[in-house]
Amino acid sequence: MSNRIDVKKTYKLYINGAFPRSESGRTYEVKNAKGVFIANPCLASRKDLRDAVVAARAAHAGWNKATAYNRGQILYRIAEMLEGRRGQFIEEIVNVTGATKAKADKEVTEAIDRLVWYAGWTDKIESLAGSTNPVAGPFYNFTIPESMGVVAAIAPETPSLLGLIDAIAPIITSGNTVVVLASTKAPLSAMTFAEVLATSDLPAGVINILTGKKDEIAPWMASHMDIDALDISGLPGKKHAEIKVAGAENLKRIYSFKSADPGRITAFMEAKTVWHPIGL
Amino acid sequence: MTFEYAPAPESRAIVTIKPKYGHFIGGKFVAGGKHFPTINPATEEVLSHIALGGKADVDAAVKAARKAYSTTWSKMSGKERGKYLYRIARIMQERAREFAVLETLDNGKPIRESRDTDIPLAAAHFFYHAGWADKLEYAGLGTSPKPLGVAGQIIPWNFPLLMLAWKVAPALAAGNTVVLKPAESTPLTALLFAEVCQQAELPAGVVNIVTGDGSTGALIVNHPGIDKIAFTGSTEVGKIIARAVAPTNKSVTLELGGKAANIVFDDAPIDETVEGIVNGIFFNQGHVCCAGSRLLLQESVAEEVLHKLKNRMEKIRVGDPMDKNTDVGAINSKEQLAKIIELAAVGDAEGAERWSPACTLPNKGFWFAPTIFTGVTQAHRIAREEIFGPVLSVLTFRTPQEAIEKANNTPFGLSAGIWSEKGSRTLWASQQLRAGVIWANTFNKFDPTSPFGGYKESGWGREGGRHGLAAYLKGVSHE
Amino acid sequence: MSFYGLVDGTDASLKSYLGNLSGVDQVGAEARAAMLATRSIKTTSKRWAIDTAITMVDLTTLEGADTPGKVTALCTKAVRPDPTDSSVPSVGAVCVYNDMVSVARKHLDLIGGQHVPVAAVSTAFPSGRASMPVKIQDTQDAIDAGAAEIDMVIDRGAFLAGRYIDVFNEIVQIRQVCGDKAHLKVIFETGELVTYDNVRKASFLAMAAGADFIKTSTGKVAPAATPPVVLVMLEAVRDFYEMAQVRIGVKPAGGIRNTKDAIKQLVLVNETVGPDWLSPKLFRIGASALLNDLLMQRMKMDDGYYSSPQYVTMD
Repeated sequence: MSNRIDVKKTYKLYINGAFPRSESGRTYEVKNAKGVFIANPCLASRKDLRDAVVAARAAHAGWNKATAYNRGQILYRIAEMLEGRRGQFIEEIVNVTGATKAKADKEVTEAIDRLVWYAGWTDKIESLAGSTNPVAGPFYNFTIPESMGVVAAIAPETPSLLGLIDAIAPIITSGNTVVVLASTKAPLSAMTFAEVLATSDLPAGVINILTGKKDEIAPWMASHMDIDALDISGLPGKKHAEIKVAGAENLKRIYSFKSADPGRITAFMEAKTVWHPIGL
Repeated sequence: MTFEYAPAPESRAIVTIKPKYGHFIGGKFVAGGKHFPTINPATEEVLSHIALGGKADVDAAVKAARKAYSTTWSKMSGKERGKYLYRIARIMQERAREFAVLETLDNGKPIRESRDTDIPLAAAHFFYHAGWADKLEYAGLGTSPKPLGVAGQIIPWNFPLLMLAWKVAPALAAGNTVVLKPAESTPLTALLFAEVCQQAELPAGVVNIVTGDGSTGALIVNHPGIDKIAFTGSTEVGKIIARAVAPTNKSVTLELGGKAANIVFDDAPIDETVEGIVNGIFFNQGHVCCAGSRLLLQESVAEEVLHKLKNRMEKIRVGDPMDKNTDVGAINSKEQLAKIIELAAVGDAEGAERWSPACTLPNKGFWFAPTIFTGVTQAHRIAREEIFGPVLSVLTFRTPQEAIEKANNTPFGLSAGIWSEKGSRTLWASQQLRAGVIWANTFNKFDPTSPFGGYKESGWGREGGRHGLAAYLKGVSHE
Repeated sequence: MSFYGLVDGTDASLKSYLGNLSGVDQVGAEARAAMLATRSIKTTSKRWAIDTAITMVDLTTLEGADTPGKVTALCTKAVRPDPTDSSVPSVGAVCVYNDMVSVARKHLDLIGGQHVPVAAVSTAFPSGRASMPVKIQDTQDAIDAGAAEIDMVIDRGAFLAGRYIDVFNEIVQIRQVCGDKAHLKVIFETGELVTYDNVRKASFLAMAAGADFIKTSTGKVAPAATPPVVLVMLEAVRDFYEMAQVRIGVKPAGGIRNTKDAIKQLVLVNETVGPDWLSPKLFRIGASALLNDLLMQRMKMDDGYYSSPQYVTMD
C-alpha cells in the first residue's frame, strides 16, 4: 500500500453543459451512513435554479426538434457511458449510503437498463399516444403528443441514482428539457452522472442538475413562471399541496409517480390536434 | 330595389318554459330555496326563475350521485351504460328544435347556430361516448381502467348544452356519476336535459343538476364528497379551482381562456380565409374560448385581406337571434357587454383604429357590433387579454418565424389558425404553434372524436376523443 | 393589344396574370355556399325574388329534336310566362341553337316580344370541338340571324392541357365577331373543369379576354351550376370589378329546377357581389323547367294555396 494522498473530486452543479459552483458560494456537508465526512457539494440557490431554467428553455427548441431517432441514440449513449463507469457509481453509492455492494450493483444495473428502456420509447410514444380522429366532415384530423417545454423535477432521496434517472429520462424522452434537484443526502452519484452526460453527445442545457435542499428549491420551482411542469415524486406527500398551490399561478402540470411506465412520459406531453380540409 | 330579407323568425311555440325551476337531484325535480331570474339577453324579458343552489342542495346532489355511483352505475356493465347514453343521444335529436329554441332564447346566440351547431354536436357527443362505455379497456389507459367516482362539473354560458354534453357524456361513459352546475345566465337547456334523462329512464342520481351562481360552483369545488372537478370558464377562476383542490385528492380538468392567433400567409385562399376570420371571431358573438381573436396578417396581403374582410363584415346580419337569417346575436349578459365595452375603449385609448360596419342594433337587450381594431401590436392590451366578444385585433408580420413568435407570445395556448395553400409551411407552422388545437384553412370546428384543450394557461387535459376519456378514468401512473 | 391593362395578349402576360390568383379551398367554398343556402326568404322578399328570377331566366331549348313549332311556343311563353296574369314579367332571353335563331327572333317580334333578346349557343356547342373558322362562322351565322347574345363554349381540352393562351385567343376572336351587335357569354363547363381553382382561373381568363358574362355550364354535363361554383364565379366577378372597374355578368345554367334553387342563387348574388348584380343585365339563369315552378310558387303566394302543374303552360 502506498501512502499516496487521494485526489478528491469537487462536486459542482451541472448547468447548460458546464460545471459551475453555486452562484451563492454555498456548500453543505455530505456524510456517509457512519457520519464520516465525504464531500462538500453545492447548496444550490434560487438563482442557480433561475440560471438552469434559462439554459433549459434555450435548449428546448433544439432538443424538441431533434429527431426521435437522435434522442433515442443519445439516451442510449448515456446508458453506454454509465455502463462504462458502473464501478465508480457502485463505489459512490456504497460509500455514501452504506448500501451493500450487491444492492448498489443492482441499482446501477437498473439505472442503466432504465435508460435503455426510455431510449427505445423516443420513437414509439408518439404513435401510441397520438391518434387520427374520424371527424364528421371533410377534414383530416390528427392528434399528436408533443413535449411541454421545461420540466422541473425533484428526485427522491433514495435510490439516489435510479430515482434521478427515473425523474430525468421520461421527461427528456419526448423532447422536454429538465432541471432536476438531486437527492440531498446522496447527491454524489447525481454529480458523477453529470460527468456521464457531459460525454454523451447530449446538447447543453437539456439536463441540468442541482444539488441542495428541497425545502429551499421546490417552492421556487413551483412559482417559476417559465417552468411548464413539475415532477414532485421526490417531495414528501405533506408538501404536495403547498407546491400545487404555488404552481397554480401559471397552471403548471404537477405530478408525482410511483413507477416507471409510458404514462410517465405522456404526463409531460401536450396533445395537439390539427385540422385540415380535404379537397381538390 | 334591393333584396331585403323579410323577418324569418323561428317559432318559440315549441318550448314550454315554467315560471320557476328547482334542482334535479336523485332523478327528480326538487324545489329550490332562493331564486334568481334568467333573462333573454336579446330582449331583457325574464324567461323564468332559477333556484340558487346552496349547501344543502349541493350536499343532496353529491349524496344522490354517490349513492347512484356505488349502488347502480359503477356496477352496471359498460354495455348497459352505453345504451342509456345512446338513448339520451336519440332523445336529444328528437327534441333538437326544442333545445335550439330554448338555447337561443336563454343565451342570445342565433338560432342558425344553436340549430346547426350546438344541438347536433351535443347529441353527437352522447352518441360517440355511448360507444366507449363498453370499450374502455381498449382506450390505451391500462387494461382495467376504473371510473373516478362522483364528478363535479361546472360549465360556462357560451355553449350551454354543448358544454354539458362535453362534460356529462364522457363522465357517464367512463362510469362516473355527476353533479353539474350550468352557468347562472343559461340554465334552461340543462334543465330540459334533466327531462331527457327522465325520458331515457337513466337511473336516479346518475345525473344531478344544481343551478346557481359562482357560490354554488365553489360549494361543488370544495365538496369533500366529490372525486373529480371538471371546469370550463375563465383562466382566473381556473387558477382559483387549481389552488382549492391542491390539498385534496380530486382530479381536475380545466378548459380555460385563450387569445388565439389566426395567421394568414400570403398564399392563403383569400375568400375562404376571410370566411374563416369571420367565423373565427364572430361565431357565437365571439363568446368562444378558442376564438381567433388575434388576426396576424402577412404584410404583403394585409391590405387586400382587410379590404375584403371589411366588405364581408358589411354583410353580417346582426339582430334578433330567433331570426333564421341572423348571423350575430345578442351579447349574453349586461356584465359581459360591460367588459367588452371596457376593453374596446382600452383599444381606442391605446391608439388602435376601431372599425365596425354600419349596423342598427336593437334598442333593448345587450348588443355589440362586430368590430375590428387595426394597428394593433403585441404590446396592446387588446392583443393580450381575452375580450370574449365580437372584437378582432389585427396585427401584421413579415416572415413565418415572426408570425409564430407573435402567435406564441402569450400565456394562453388553446387554439390557433393557419391559412396557407402550401402544405409544408402549414405543417411547419402547426408544429411550431404552442396550442392544443390548430385549425389549418378552417376555424372553430369541433367534433366529439377530436380532442380539444389547451397548452399553458389555457387549461389541463383534453375533452373529446380517446384523450378526453382519460379525464374520467383512473389507470394512468401519475396522480 | 391591352385587355383592361391586365394582359397584353402574350402567353407570358397571361400566365403571370393567372398565376397571381389566390387559390380556392374547396371545403371552405362549399361551407360558405351551404351556409348561404340556409337563408330563409319569406313573404315580401320571396315575392320580389320570384319576379326578379323570372326576368333573369334564359328560357332554353337545346335539343336535337327542336323544331320551329317547339321554338315558337317557347318564345310565346318567354314574352308572357303566365297568359292569365299580365303582371308576370317577360323572361331575360330565349336561348336556342343557331339554326333556330331566326325562327325565334321573327316569332318574338311578331307577338310583341321585341324586348326579349335571342341568345344563341355557339362555337360548336356543347363540346367546342371544331376548328376556329367553323366556330367563327357558327357565331357569325347566329348574329346574322338576329342573336343579340352569344353563349360560346371554351375549349376545355386546351384549358386542361394548360394552353390558356389558346382559350384566351378563341374568346378574343369570338368577341371580335360579336362586336357591338351581341353580348358574349363564355361557358366554362365547370363540371369538366372539376376544381374551383380552375373555375376561378377560367373566370379571370374569360373576363380579361372580353366576356360580358361568364356562364357555368352547357346543361349537358353534370354537375353544373352548383351553388359553390356560382359562388366562386361571383367572387371572381367581384374581384375583377375592383381590378378593372367593369361589371361582368354571371349565368348559372343547368340543374336549377325550382324556386328554392333560384332563390339560393339570388342570395349568393346578394351577399357576394351585392345588389348591383340583381338584374338581368348582370345575372341570368339558364333553365327551362324552372320557369313553371316560379310561376306556381307565385300563384301560391297570390292565392294562398299550392298550385298544380295543370295551371301553368307546358312549353
